[in-house]
Amino acid sequence: MPSMEDALILARAQFGINIGFHILFPAITIALAWYLVAFRIAYQRTRNPEWLATYRLWVKIFALTFTMGVVTGVVMSFQFGTNWPRYMTTVGAIAGPLLAYEVLTAFFLEATFLGVMLFGMNRVPDWVHIASALLVAFGTTVSAFWILALNSWMQTPAGHVFADGQWVAASWMGVIFNPSFPYRFTHMMLASGLTTSFVIAGLSAWRLLRAPSDGGAAKTMRAGLVTAAVLIPIQIFVGDQHGLDTLEHQPAKIAAMEAIWHTERGVPLVLFAIPDEARGRNDYSIELPYGASLILRHRADAQLQGLDAFGKDHPPVAPVFFAFRAMVGVGVLMLVVSWWGTWATRRRRAAPRWMLWMLALFTFAGWVATDAGWIVTEIGRQPWLVTGVLRTADAAGDISPAQLGASLTGYILTYTMMFVAYIVVLTHIAGAGAGDKPAPAGGPGGAAIAKATE
Amino acid sequence: MDLPLIFMVLMGVSVLAYVVLDGYDLGVGMLMPAATGEEQSVMVSSIGPFWDANETWLVLGIGILLTAFPIALAPVLGGLYLPVVAMLVGLMLRGVAFDFRIKAQGWHRELWNWLFWAGSFLASFCQGLMLGRYITGFASGFGYWMFAVLVGASLCGGYVLLGATWLILKTEGDLQRKAIVWARWGLAWVGLGVALVSIATPMVSETVRDKWFDFPRTLGVMVLPAATLAAGFALWVATAAVKRGEARSDWRPFGAAVAIFTLAFAGLAYSLFPYVVIDRLTIWEAAAHPTALRALLVGAAIVLPFIVGYTILSYRIFRGKAKGGLYD
Ligand code: HDD
Ligand code: HEM
Ligand code: HEM
Repeated sequence: MPSMEDALILARAQFGINIGFHILFPAITIALAWYLVAFRIAYQRTRNPEWLATYRLWVKIFALTFTMGVVTGVVMSFQFGTNWPRYMTTVGAIAGPLLAYEVLTAFFLEATFLGVMLFGMNRVPDWVHIASALLVAFGTTVSAFWILALNSWMQTPAGHVFADGQWVAASWMGVIFNPSFPYRFTHMMLASGLTTSFVIAGLSAWRLLRAPSDGGAAKTMRAGLVTAAVLIPIQIFVGDQHGLDTLEHQPAKIAAMEAIWHTERGVPLVLFAIPDEARGRNDYSIELPYGASLILRHRADAQLQGLDAFGKDHPPVAPVFFAFRAMVGVGVLMLVVSWWGTWATRRRRAAPRWMLWMLALFTFAGWVATDAGWIVTEIGRQPWLVTGVLRTADAAGDISPAQLGASLTGYILTYTMMFVAYIVVLTHIAGAGAGDKPAPAGGPGGAAIAKATE
Repeated sequence: MDLPLIFMVLMGVSVLAYVVLDGYDLGVGMLMPAATGEEQSVMVSSIGPFWDANETWLVLGIGILLTAFPIALAPVLGGLYLPVVAMLVGLMLRGVAFDFRIKAQGWHRELWNWLFWAGSFLASFCQGLMLGRYITGFASGFGYWMFAVLVGASLCGGYVLLGATWLILKTEGDLQRKAIVWARWGLAWVGLGVALVSIATPMVSETVRDKWFDFPRTLGVMVLPAATLAAGFALWVATAAVKRGEARSDWRPFGAAVAIFTLAFAGLAYSLFPYVVIDRLTIWEAAAHPTALRALLVGAAIVLPFIVGYTILSYRIFRGKAKGGLYD
């Protein structure tokens, strides 16, 4: 039935677009929350008004980003029910509690203390304010913990048994700490750290382009650069380990990522190619001999499974292959840019203008890598929704293509508008900087939140 | 232990908490066009610290539905698909407009102000529409849809009432006086809505009819409308007391509005129990596997007291009258 297939494609497109949009904001807020804790504590210890101004500037950006994350996240929580009802009836006994624990342990905590953090600075003692910032940061991280536990379980299920016609947890420890979870959680936390560091460095550079004498912006730019320079090698290492883990548990995904069509020994590493799915080969490929065998098995003549080993049960090759290259490509560029920038700004040297432009250009590099990474992960899992347990096609509901089309259009229009407004306001806030006039002592704390845009 | 029953209660409590809490901030959003620019700032700052946490009760409600009653998902969310999407779009617009209106200037600011209102209105109306469709078991036909529209309009009135009484509690001076007028209009609207819905519901649903007019139980059921009427009366009297400037009566109209909502909710719960989808699916038929329910219960039992605790803490921190320019 063609309409069933249309419905499935629309449901997938809708879910992918929603989560791909949603994740942009957590990717910033998770790490930015911790940055803010650091800024706030730095002010508490030094009483240097520059730290307060920095905190107030970035808390504004945080508030905005957090709101975007919340409203798109609320949509996500409905998507499970609307788009994949049969997901919940087959593996809901495992997925449900994990999702609910996220709400109970993370969402309420974040949302409530965000109020105190944004509006309460002059209503509560300093330590309560700092504690609120800390709880918000903790909440974002706990939230990522649960949702990534669930996502990782869907990639590499463990700890489950079949009982009474559905999948249930035999061991919750086994479910949560499934084989890919440690890698995915670490990789995503680092991704957030990198995304945020580049946002901070990039927006500060943007400010410096307009106001070269802004000392605060020079400081935050340096902070972003140094953090990124430290995190990126760790991320590359973790990414490599993540890939080895995937090779063990989802070999078909690796075969698609590397566009390996046939099982053989001494497999080359394909740097670039145009995978041709119909004919099962790569066109225009540039290869490093034995590269893939070396990276994945650490032996030049090691054998790797190709896509032919999986029959029809392998993901579409091209999107996974290209998205993987986009992520790793951005990762390598991040290494170059952050190290170079760190070196260029050593001992309070002012960065040259072209470097400021480069950093500004890289502001949202983390978004590209993060979404690309998720595309690798999610499309690479196809045709499974839960590897070996539930097929995506079997989870869909029976919402008509017309309704799905209407809602998809609605979402896309809304998201486009929100996205444009977000970027405009962000660059506006950053361009205006932290302001030379620190807020008058005793004035309402939240007032500063809107100040710098004036 | 009857786990599905426990979760039905928990889900009911989260939905009621959501309706009351997000209800007042959606109501404030719908009242925005009736206020001056300065008053709008005060109104926004009166809900600023709370709206995000308020909305989280919705996420918890849907989370419990997903986890505890997965079999009801396809019929419920399938039947309500487009209103749900429209509600989500409304909630998104409203949520971001909150931030953007502060940062924007000129006609941009006007646009976001308008979207703030429109989003609040769209979300409220869709929630009522969903309720109306839900009560009738998603029956098709013009009459059933008109019923749903009626419920949608009534719920908007109800949220306006909550919002206005919230403003009575959180503001003073001119704005408070305006809020009293809004609250009285809201009350009249709600009175009409509740009456019409109470008449229409037994007409559209046989199950509900049997429950209400089953003598002698009817006598017990009559307590609900009587109490609702009393609460409405108390609300009117309380607004008069605030008007006279009686000390410490500012919270009473809001309290009475919450009572009206709680009673209406109890009536609804009584009418629908034990169905998740009326006449089709009971809570026991729709329930999840016991392993899931037990896992969730443990978490909820441990965490919910903390949530209640820090929610109270946050309302204490932000007690007293809201000031304009807090976030504006
Ligand atoms: C808890 C579950 C979960 C989580 C945390 C994520 N996903 Fe996902 N994703 C799914 C559960 C899922 C899914 C339900 O399994 C989908 C729907 C259809 C499908 O193929 O898998 C899916 C599909 C899907 C698709 C479309 C794939 C296709 O149609 O073949 C994309 C691009 C993403 N996701 C991207 C993301 C991103 C950027 C995420 C970052 C937050 C993410 N996913 C987290
Ligand atoms: C499909 C999966 C997902 C669902 C159903 C989902 C659901 C939600 C919901 C409902 C919210 C709003 C919470 C509130 O009201 O405060 C939210 C926010 C958030 N989500 Fe997701 N989410 C998903 C994927 C992810 C992933 C993969 C991550 C992290 C790696 C993540 C991290 C967060 C964080 C940190 C927040 C807090 C708000 C913010 O920082 O912007 N989410 N999510
Ligand atoms: C440069 C070296 C990198 C390597 C070798 C690498 C490796 C990987 C691998 C193998 C996966 C897929 C795992 C799976 O689905 O089984 C993945 C996913 C992902 N990557 Fe990377 N990565 C690198 C850089 C980055 C960077 C710089 C970012 C973001 C700033 C990033 C963000 C992500 C995200 C968000 C995912 C999806 C979540 C996950 O599965 O962990 N990666 N990465």
